[in-house]
Amino acid sequence: MNQPVIDLSPKVSDEIRKTTCYMCACRCGIDVHLKDGKVAYIEGNRDHPVNQGVLCAKGSAGIMQHNAPSRLKSPLKRTGPRGSGEFEEISWDEAYQIAADWLEPIRRENPEKLAFFTGRDQSQSFTSFWAQAFGTPNYAAHGGFCSVNMAAAGIYTMGGAFWEFGQPDWDHTKLFMLFGVAEDHDSNPIKMGIGKIKGRGARVIGVNPIRTGYNAVADDWVGITPGTDGLFILAMVHCLMKAGKIDLNYLAQYTDAPVLLNCDEKSPDFGLYLRDENGKQLVIDRETGKLTPFDQPGVRPDLSATHRAKGVTHRPVFHQMADMYLSDEYAPEAVADRCGIPADRIRAIAAELARVAFDEAIELNHAWTDFRGEKHTKMTGRPVSFHAMRGISAHANGFQTCRALHVLQIILGTVEVPGGFRFKPPYPKPATAHPKPHVGMTPGAPLNGPHLGFVHGPDDLALKDDGTPARIDKAFTWENPMSSHGLMHMVISNAHAGDPYKIDTLFMYMANMSWNSSMNTGGVMEMLTDKDENGDYVIPRIIYSDAYSSEMVAYADLILPDTTYLERHDCISLLDRPICEADAAADAIRWPVVEPDRNVKGFQSALCDLGAKLGLPGFVNDDGSQKYADYADYIINHERRPGIGPLAGWRMGENELQSGRGGVNAAQIDNYIENGGFFVEHIPDGANYYKPWNKAYQDWAVGMGLYDSPQPYLFSLYVEPMRKFQLAAEGHGMRQPPEHLRQRIKDTMSPLPIWYETDQEGNEGYTVNALTQRPMAMYHSWGSQNAWLRQLHGRNPLYLPTKLMREHELTDGDWARVSSPHGEITVPVMEMAALNENTVWTWNAIGKRKGAWALDKDAPEATKGFLLNHLIHELLPPKKDGMRWANSDPITGQAAWFDLKVKIEKAVAPKESRPEYPPIKSPVGQGPDHLAWKVGK
Amino acid sequence: MTTLPNATDKKLGLVIDLDTCVGCHACVISCKGWNTENYGAPLSDQDPYGANPSGTFLNRVHSYEVQPAQGEAQLIHFPKSCLHCEDAPCVTVCPTGASYKRVEDGIVLVNESDCIGCGLCAWACPYGAREMDAEEKVMKKCTLCVDRIYNDNLPEVDRVPSCVRTCPAGARHFGDLGDPDSAVSKLVAERGGVDLMPEQGTKPVNKYLPPRPKDALPEFDVLAPFLEPVVEEPKGFLGWLDKALEKI
Repeated sequence: MNQPVIDLSPKVSDEIRKTTCYMCACRCGIDVHLKDGKVAYIEGNRDHPVNQGVLCAKGSAGIMQHNAPSRLKSPLKRTGPRGSGEFEEISWDEAYQIAADWLEPIRRENPEKLAFFTGRDQSQSFTSFWAQAFGTPNYAAHGGFCSVNMAAAGIYTMGGAFWEFGQPDWDHTKLFMLFGVAEDHDSNPIKMGIGKIKGRGARVIGVNPIRTGYNAVADDWVGITPGTDGLFILAMVHCLMKAGKIDLNYLAQYTDAPVLLNCDEKSPDFGLYLRDENGKQLVIDRETGKLTPFDQPGVRPDLSATHRAKGVTHRPVFHQMADMYLSDEYAPEAVADRCGIPADRIRAIAAELARVAFDEAIELNHAWTDFRGEKHTKMTGRPVSFHAMRGISAHANGFQTCRALHVLQIILGTVEVPGGFRFKPPYPKPATAHPKPHVGMTPGAPLNGPHLGFVHGPDDLALKDDGTPARIDKAFTWENPMSSHGLMHMVISNAHAGDPYKIDTLFMYMANMSWNSSMNTGGVMEMLTDKDENGDYVIPRIIYSDAYSSEMVAYADLILPDTTYLERHDCISLLDRPICEADAAADAIRWPVVEPDRNVKGFQSALCDLGAKLGLPGFVNDDGSQKYADYADYIINHERRPGIGPLAGWRMGENELQSGRGGVNAAQIDNYIENGGFFVEHIPDGANYYKPWNKAYQDWAVGMGLYDSPQPYLFSLYVEPMRKFQLAAEGHGMRQPPEHLRQRIKDTMSPLPIWYETDQEGNEGYTVNALTQRPMAMYHSWGSQNAWLRQLHGRNPLYLPTKLMREHELTDGDWARVSSPHGEITVPVMEMAALNENTVWTWNAIGKRKGAWALDKDAPEATKGFLLNHLIHELLPPKKDGMRWANSDPITGQAAWFDLKVKIEKAVAPKESRPEYPPIKSPVGQGPDHLAWKVGK
Repeated sequence: MTTLPNATDKKLGLVIDLDTCVGCHACVISCKGWNTENYGAPLSDQDPYGANPSGTFLNRVHSYEVQPAQGEAQLIHFPKSCLHCEDAPCVTVCPTGASYKRVEDGIVLVNESDCIGCGLCAWACPYGAREMDAEEKVMKKCTLCVDRIYNDNLPEVDRVPSCVRTCPAGARHFGDLGDPDSAVSKLVAERGGVDLMPEQGTKPVNKYLPPRPKDALPEFDVLAPFLEPVVEEPKGFLGWLDKALEKI
C-alpha cells in the first residue's frame, strides 16, 4: 500500500488578530487568521466569555461578508430621482459639507427638524450622545420594532429581561422553558446552554407555533396559537397559586407582594403603594404587626395583613393577585381552546414547574447577607429557568405577556437564585435607576438630557406645552406611554404625514427601512419618494449610512459608507448593550484587523468629524478644534462621569491600571488587543446570586462603577406607574389623556399582568396567523446576502400546516395568494407538519429587491423570495370611529408584527413572486460569477 | 481498483448527537472556511451571487420532518459528511488509487494529484458524501481535518476537526471509535449510537446518537399531586396563606 505523504502540520496563518464578531448582535469573540495581510479564516475565541470558542455559521461566513461585492466604496450623492439608485461618487469633504449645510440651520433654528434613528446600532451610548449634543429630541435605535416589550416589561418588573440582561443558570437548571424563541436571540449562548442542559438530561419545553431550531430539540413542544402566550402563562399562575406552589418566603422578602396598596376607590391614590415620607414602600412587619418601610433590619414583611389608616383600607399586592388569578377566568379549561392547548396539558406543565421548583430545590453553600442585614448560610435555588424573546413580545398584548412571564418566574422564586434566571451586570437595575425621557430643546444647544428612558407616570410623558407629541415617533405619549426604545417604525410615516410635525432631514444608520425593516414596505417606498405641490420631496432630505448596497441606499440623497466589522473600531460598552455574563462584568472592542481598501469610514468616526464640523459640544475643544480624531479616540478619552468611560478595563488608577472606575489610559485599546479584544471581571462567590438584595454584590457593583451607591429594591409584581396612567384615565391629576384614549388606557394599563385579545378589527375573514423568523444561519445578519449563507437559505417558501394545505388543495411548489386587509402577495408554498394548524410562516428578509446587494436580477431571492411586510401596515385597518390606530402595543408602541392574520387562496403560478418591483440601479455592480477563496499559497 | 488496508491502527471519526443538533449549520460553514483555505483545492462556488448558486461543501445539514404514529410531528436535523467507512466502497472503486484509507487512523482521503475527476467514488458512496469541485474538477470530501488533528502549529485543544471545535450546541464529538475506552466509544455505548444505513455493509466509523423520545411529559394524572389545591373555596386562600406564613 502506497500512502502519499501529506503535510499534517501546515502553517495555519501568519498572525491571529482577536476582535468581536458583528455578523449578528450576539457579539462573540473571534480569532481572525491572516495570511499575507488578508483574512484567511475566522474561528471562535476560546477565552471569550460569550462564545467560549464556538462560532455559528454566520461567524464563520464573516470572510464572505468582509469581502462581499455589495460593499459600498465611496460617499455618494444622489443624481437620479429618489429610489432609482443613481448616484455619483463624491469625496468625504464634499459629503460632510453637504451634511453640514443641511444640519447647521436646523440646529440653529429648530433642532426637532432632524430625525436621527440608528437601526441595528451597537453604539447607542455614542450615537445618542451625538444626538443629544445636536439638540434634537428625535433619536432612537431599532428597539421599538424589535423587542422593546421584552426589555421594558423586564426592567419595570424586575430590573432586567432576557438576553443582554440575563440568562438561565445553565450549570444548575433542571427545567428550561423557552417561549416564542424560534431561531433568534441570542445566538450561540442559547445553543451552548441547551447543549449543556440536554447533556445532563434536563428537560427543555418549547412553546412556539413553529417547531424548528431550538423547538425541534425541545423535549416537549407546545404549538401554541400565536398571541395567546400570556393567557397560557396566567393559567399556569392560576394553577400554581391555587395549589400554593409559590415561594412565599421569596415573595415576602424580595418582591412587592407584601407592599400595601390604597384600596379606596374614591381616593386619588387608589391603587398606589402606601409610602412613608421618604417615598419608601410600606409593609406590615409580621414580627411586630406594625407598619414599616420594607427595607428595615429584621423586618418580615407580611403577605396577608391589611392596614387601615385615615379611613382607608390598605391591602398587600398579594391580596390583589389572589383576587385576580384565582378567578376561574384563568382556569386551564377557560383558556384551553383559545390557546390551542388542552387543559390537562396546561396543568401537566404547571405541575412539572412546581415539581422541579420545589421538590428538586437545590442549595449552594455560599453564605451571603441581604440588604436588611440578615445573614444567610446557604443559597436556595429553584432550578426552573425561562427564556423568551420576540415571539411573545411582537404582539399588541406583548408587554403584558412579557410581564406575565416575569411574574410566573417570580412567584416560583426562581429569579436570581441558583438554577433559575440570573442577571448580567450592569443588571439588575430597576426602572427607577434609569433616566427618564428628555425632550427639552433649545435651538443651538444640547438637549436637556438623554432621549430615552423609563416613565413613572403622566408627568414624565414627552409632550409639548400644548399637549402634542414632542417626538416625531410619538414615543412617550398617551398613545404608547411606556415606549422606552422609541418607535422607529413610525418615523417615516409620521414624517410623511407631518404628524405631529414636519421634519427637514431624516438621518439613518443600518436600518433597511425601504425593505425588510418596515411595515408596509410598498407604502414606505412611496412616502420616501412622494413630492409636495411644489415638486419637492415631502421628506426633504435623507442621509443614510450603511456598509452595503442595501435596498435603503437608493432612497437616500447622501450616503456615508461604513466599513465592514473587521475594518473598524467599536466598543461593546457597559454604558450600552454589554457582553456580560451572570458571573462577570465584561466589555469588548472591535479594531481594524485589516484596513479598508475603499474610501469608507466607520460611521462613528464620521460622526466625530461631522460633530466637530457642526461645533457640537462634546465634539470640539475649547478652541473650536476637533476633539476626537475618530471613534477610537472617543473610546479612549471620553468620560461619561468622572472615572467612567466607554470601556471599563485597564483604566488609570493612582499607581496602576484598574477595572471599572479610573482615569483615561492612552494605551487602553492596546491593552484590550493584548487581552484578546475583551475585558472580564468576575463577581466574587457569594455575591453572584440574589444580586438585587445581596450586599456583597451591591458593593461590588458600586466599586465597578455600575451604580454610584447600593440600590437594593423589590421586584414589582405590581407596576405602580401603570396604575398612575390608569388614574389619569379615570380623571385624576392635571395631565389628562385625550378622550378617545381614556378607555383604552383603563383597559390595557393594568398594574398586574392581564391578557387581552389582539385580534384586529377589520380582519373579518382573515383567520390564519402569519409569522416570520430568521434562520439561525442568518439571524440578525443584516449585512449582505452572503455567498456561503445564501446557499443554505436562498429561498423562502410560505410554510403551511398540513390541514391548510389539504383545505386549499395545495401541494409543494404550488403558489398561493396571501392577503390581509392591507395587501396581497402571491408566493410559493410548502407543507410543514410540525406547525400550529392555523399558522403559516416564512423566513424573513430572504426576499431581496432586484438590484440590491450586488445580486443578479434573477437571483431566487428577487424572483421567488418575498416579504410578509407587504401585508402588515403600521396602522390597523380602519375602525368605525374614523381614526387610524397604530399597529403597535398600546403600552410601549412595540410594532405588532406577529398579530398579522391572513387569508390563503390557491393561485395560478406567476412568473415571479408578487408584488414585483422594478430593479434599482446598483451603485456597486454585481458580484463575480465564481469564487475559489484561498488567500494563502 | 484500489485496496483497503486490512486493519487500521485507529478508527478516528465523529459522533453526532441528533438529540441536540439544532440545525444551525455552524459546522457546515466552519468546514467550508477551513477547507477552502487548507487541504487541497479550495471549495469553490459557482454563480455565488446569481440565479443558481452552487458550491462545494464537505458537510451539509439536512432537515427531515417525522410524523410519529402518535403525537406531534417532529423536525430532525441531520448533519452528514463522509463516515470514513471501514469497508469504504469509494476507495475500492477508485481507478487510480487517488482515494485511499489511511492505515494509521482510518481517515479516507483523496490524493488530489492522482484524482482524474471520474466521479466513480461519488457514485459508489451510498451516503452521497463526496462532491466534485466544479472549478478544480477533483473530488472533495471530508478529511476529518487531517491537517488540524495532528497540527503542531495549533494548540493541543484545537487539534480537532473544525466542525467539532465550532459546534455551539456541543452536538459533535471526535475521537477513536476503535478504542472501547475512548470518550466517544463510551458515549456511543451509553446513548445507543447507531450506524447510518448498516445494511449497506460499509461499516461506517462515524456514529449517530438518536434523539431521545419527544413529548414524553407525564400525563397530568401522574403529576396531579403537585397541583392539589390548598383549599376548596377561593375565599379560603387567605386563611391558608396565614397558616403557611406561620411555617416560614
